[in-house]
Amino acid sequence: MKLTLKIWRQKSAQAKGSMQTYPIDGIDGDMSFLEMLDVLNTQLIDRGEEPVVFDHDCREGICGTCSLQINGEPHGPDRLITTCQLHMRKFNDGDTIVIEPFRAKAFPVIKDLMVDRSSFDRIQQAGGYVSVNTSGNTIDANAIPIEKDKADEAFNAAACIGCGACVAACKNASAMLFTAAKVSQFALLPQGRVEATRRVLNMVEQMDKEGFGNCTNTGACEVECPKGISLENIARMNREYLAASLRG
Amino acid sequence: MGLLKSSVARKVAMALSGLFLVFFLGQHFVINLSSVVDPDTFNSWSHFMGTNGLIQFVLQPILIFGVIFHFVLGFRLELQNNKARAIRYKSYKGQLSSSWASRNMLITGVVILAFLGLHFYDFWVPEIVHKYIESHPADAERYFPELVHKFESPVRVGLYCLAFVLLIFHLWHGFSSAFQSVGFNNKYSRGLKGFTRLYAVLIPLGFVFIALYHHFNQLHH
Repeated sequence: MKLTLKIWRQKSAQAKGSMQTYPIDGIDGDMSFLEMLDVLNTQLIDRGEEPVVFDHDCREGICGTCSLQINGEPHGPDRLITTCQLHMRKFNDGDTIVIEPFRAKAFPVIKDLMVDRSSFDRIQQAGGYVSVNTSGNTIDANAIPIEKDKADEAFNAAACIGCGACVAACKNASAMLFTAAKVSQFALLPQGRVEATRRVLNMVEQMDKEGFGNCTNTGACEVECPKGISLENIARMNREYLAASLRG
Repeated sequence: MGLLKSSVARKVAMALSGLFLVFFLGQHFVINLSSVVDPDTFNSWSHFMGTNGLIQFVLQPILIFGVIFHFVLGFRLELQNNKARAIRYKSYKGQLSSSWASRNMLITGVVILAFLGLHFYDFWVPEIVHKYIESHPADAERYFPELVHKFESPVRVGLYCLAFVLLIFHLWHGFSSAFQSVGFNNKYSRGLKGFTRLYAVLIPLGFVFIALYHHFNQLHH
């Protein structure tokens, strides 16, 4: 397969970047998208050029490290997968592929296609946890009965891998789907109710501080999310937030 | 804007002000529709709306505040959202994951606002001048001829129709979206969405029908 890649190149966080064009040949349909970039980087290194920097880790769709806006969509044209799970057979011989970093003020570019998503970590640190007394009398979580429906919903919310595709897809660069998933996974469980008030207030406050945009319910985040996180989580977070505000 | 310091609070405020305006639009439509069915009913309802103290001095200012609030907050949110992505994508395919209506609420909103300016100039300002500045005696029969007169000009009718077509798009996304914003997303949401979409299409088309009815009716006479 012969392709033309248009890739965002940026030397550093401070440097001004631009799109660069790279023709590439010999790409197999069974390669993953990241393997295709590995091939490109090998060629660049052989020519004595700087390889393209991009995020990756597990390469099996569970760590949330890979990103990339591919032909205008986060994680590329397929649904419910991450970039590392995207195969080159989704493209045709002769295609031009535009590859950009996830764009948001709260996701500054570090280099080329790699962005700093530590804003998500700070949102998580603001309340995305359950405090547990570890002094020796910890109660087994399974000792508390939980309705199957609630457990399933909490699990679905917890499936969020924090990759940032929701922010990348949103025309407003809003992080509401991520924050809502992290609020929901605890809000649905009895263990999470203890800190529910301060959790939602603090996480939303941190989300706003990071400079993400406002949610206008376009639903693009839900469509592009590789883990299928539902908009119902945002509605739940809004309810949680309103209730928490009233409780103070 | 202390109460609206968080993005969630601003979202809920947009939703509630929008729902209030949607409710107002519905009652406005019912009164306008009466002008097609029976001019006397239209005159009596309009006279009641125009002379009732509660409506004139309490509900009318709330309505004007609601329109200004919804627009100012919407515009402010749009500015914030633009800042949240300072460097735009070279390639962005939002159309694959969201509707045109949902991505262009500002465009449809600004057109509706421009229309409201024309609407105020056409109906509200003359009404206020007539009643409170020139202090004409109450005339319960004047409303229908005034309404019909306004729909003489094809340019005005054209602008009126264009604004209502864009209102369809604004309501198509905004009405159902307001329920999501206030946290209402459950097993009834599908049915509710159907109702909001029906409302979003039928009410503006109803306004268009009324304008065209009076316009062409005059041509015949």
